[in-house]
Amino acid sequence: MKPTYAGLDIGACYTKCVIIDDQGAIESLAVTPTGFDFEENAKKVFEKATKGVDGRVLGICSTGYGRKNIGFAHFNKTEITCQSMGCFREFGVEATIIDIGGQDAKIIKVDPEGKRLDFKMNRKCAAGTGAFIEEIAFKIRIPVEELDEIAQSATDEITLGSFCTVFTATEILAHVRAQVPLPNIVRGIFRSVAKRISEMDYFSTRVIFTGGLAKQGSVLSKMIAEETGSEVLVPRNPQITCAYGAAIYAKES
Amino acid sequence: MAEETKRKEIAAAKEMKRIMAQHFYELDEAAKTRKRKVAWCTSVGPAEILRAMGFLVYYPENHGATLGATRTAMNYIPYANRIGYSPDICSYTTSDIGAYLKGETPLSKAYPGITCVPKPDVLAYNTNQCRDVLDWFSFYGREWKLPVIGISTPRSVGEITKEYIADVSGQMKALIKPLEEISGRKFDRDELKRVLALSLETTKLWKACLFTASTIPSAITFFDMTIHMGPAVVLRGQEEAVAYYQLLLAELQERVKNKVAAVEEEKVRVYWEGMPIWGKLREHSALFASLQTCIVASTYCNSWIFEAFDPDDPFDSMARAYTELFIVRTDEFKERYMTEMFKTFSCDGIVYHDSKTCPNNSNTRYGIPQRLTKKTGIPHLIIQGDLNDLRLFSEEQAKTNIEAFIEGLAEK
Repeated sequence: MKPTYAGLDIGACYTKCVIIDDQGAIESLAVTPTGFDFEENAKKVFEKATKGVDGRVLGICSTGYGRKNIGFAHFNKTEITCQSMGCFREFGVEATIIDIGGQDAKIIKVDPEGKRLDFKMNRKCAAGTGAFIEEIAFKIRIPVEELDEIAQSATDEITLGSFCTVFTATEILAHVRAQVPLPNIVRGIFRSVAKRISEMDYFSTRVIFTGGLAKQGSVLSKMIAEETGSEVLVPRNPQITCAYGAAIYAKES
Repeated sequence: MAEETKRKEIAAAKEMKRIMAQHFYELDEAAKTRKRKVAWCTSVGPAEILRAMGFLVYYPENHGATLGATRTAMNYIPYANRIGYSPDICSYTTSDIGAYLKGETPLSKAYPGITCVPKPDVLAYNTNQCRDVLDWFSFYGREWKLPVIGISTPRSVGEITKEYIADVSGQMKALIKPLEEISGRKFDRDELKRVLALSLETTKLWKACLFTASTIPSAITFFDMTIHMGPAVVLRGQEEAVAYYQLLLAELQERVKNKVAAVEEEKVRVYWEGMPIWGKLREHSALFASLQTCIVASTYCNSWIFEAFDPDDPFDSMARAYTELFIVRTDEFKERYMTEMFKTFSCDGIVYHDSKTCPNNSNTRYGIPQRLTKKTGIPHLIIQGDLNDLRLFSEEQAKTNIEAFIEGLAEK
C-alpha cells in the first residue's frame, strides 16, 4: 500500500476531503454538506474519499471553520494558509487569491515563491460572500447553481446600491415590480459581489478565483476580471483547493 | 480541542483588588454621607486639580470598561438608544447611561453594599480623547442639574507649541474658581504640587512596569496590562498608586531577572493598537497564549504615561502632559510613535482593533496600517469589533483572522 495524505476542509457550508499521494497528485476527493456534526460528517467524507484508494493515510491536516473539531486529524491549519498552499501548488505563480466562501470572502496575496504575503477577510457583513448570493437566491426562489446560466443571457444589468443583504433584497423587489427581466437582475446581483470584492484590496496582475461560486467562464469570473483589472485563473476544482493545500501540509509536515 | 491558557498570573493582583475596593467604598461612603465632595472626571481629565481641591474622584470610563468586561453592556445600550443616544456612538457612553436608566451597576456585584455609582457634586472633562466624554457628562449634568466644567483640547496636534500650552493651561486655571465654589475650599498650590508629584511618580512606575515587556521573553502581556492599569487611571495622585506600582514593578523585575515569560514559550511578539475588546479579554488572552504569542505593548495602556508632569510648573506641565497624548496627535506623530514602539518591544506583527463606536481609538481608517507596514515591513492585521458592544464583534471571524495572522508570522 502506498503512502497517502489527507486534507479535510470543514467549511461553513461544505466539508471537503482530498487524498494525495507522496508526489502530491490527487488520488481522490469527496464533498458533503457540513451539517451540524462536524466530526461525524468529516469522518464520512474521509471514508468516502479513501474508499477505493490503495494506500495508507499517513497524515491528516484539517482546515476551515471546523478545523478544531476534528479529533482524528493530526494537526490543523487555517484556511488562509491552506488556500495559499493549494493554489500555489496548482498554478505556481504570484497571484492574489479571491476565495468566496459560504460565510466569508478572503483576499490572499502569494509571492512568486508561494509565500503568503498578506490576507484580508470581509468586514462583519455578508456583502461579497456566498451567504449574500444564497440569501438573494432564496428570496428570488432560484437555486444558486442556476444563477450563472440565467445571467449569461442578460441584455443589461441592474445596479444595486446597498451593502446590506436585506436592503438589497428590497431593491431587487423594486426591480421585479418594474418587470425588469430576471437575467438582468441576476447579472446585477453578481456585479454587486464582484464590486464588493474588488473594493477590499488592490490586486496582482493575476487573480486565482476559488470557492463554490468560482467557475471558468462564469459571469462572476468575468466580472471579477473586469472589476480588478486582472487575469482570472480558476483552478480545475475550485471548491477543493483549500483541502488540497491541507493535504500538502499533511504530506510535508 | 480546548485551548489551554498559558498566561502566568501576577501575584500583585490581590493587592490591586484591595486598593481598588477601598477606592470604590470610599466614594460610596462620600456619596452617601455627603461628608466629602465627589467629582467625576474623564480618564485623562484634570484629575490632579480635582484631588488637590479635596474631591474624591470617580472615573466613569472605568465603569464603562467594567460594563464591557462583565459583558453586561449589551443589556444597557438599548436603554440609551431609546432616549436618542445612537448605537453608533461610544458604547462606554451608551452602556453607562443605559445602566443608570435601568438603575443597575456591576459595582454592586463586585463590591457588596454598593448599590449605585457615586453621585457627584461636579463633572469635569477634557475633550482630549473625544467629544463623546462631554456628551456623556452633559447627560448627567442635565439629569442631576449639576455643573459640567472642563477643558476643550485642540485635536490632531502636531508639534506642541507654546500657544497650545497657553490655551489648555489657561482653561485648567479657569477651573479653579468654580471648583472653589463647589468645594468650599480655597485652592492650595502646594497641595497641587504634592498631588502632581504623586501622579508623576505613579506614571514613572507604570511606565517601568510596561517596559519590562521589552525584554525577551516578555514579563507581562497586554491582558495583564489592561487589568493592572486600573490604579494608574483611578488612583493617580494618591500614595496607594505609587505603593502599588512599586510592588508590581518588583515582581516584574524579578521575572525579568529569572527570564520568566508571561506567555509560556513565547514565539511571536505583537503590538496591539486600539481599544481592548473588554468582553473578550479572557478568550483573547487564552487564544494568543495558545499561539505562543505575547502582546507586548499597546498604545492604549501607554496612554496613562504623563511624563511631562512637573510639580514646579503644575499648570503648564499638566497642559503639556494631557495634550501630548497619542490620541490627540496627528497621524504623522502616531506613525513615528508606533514605529519607535515596534523597535523598543521587538514586535513581529501589529494587530489593529477597529472599534466600531470608538473612532478616535481606531487608527485603521485613514491608511495608517498600510503606511506603517510599508515603512517598517512589519505585517499587520485589522480586526473588526467594539470596546463594549459585542454585537459588533464576530468571534469566529476574528479568531480565524488572528490564527491565520500568527501562522503567517510564525512561518517568517
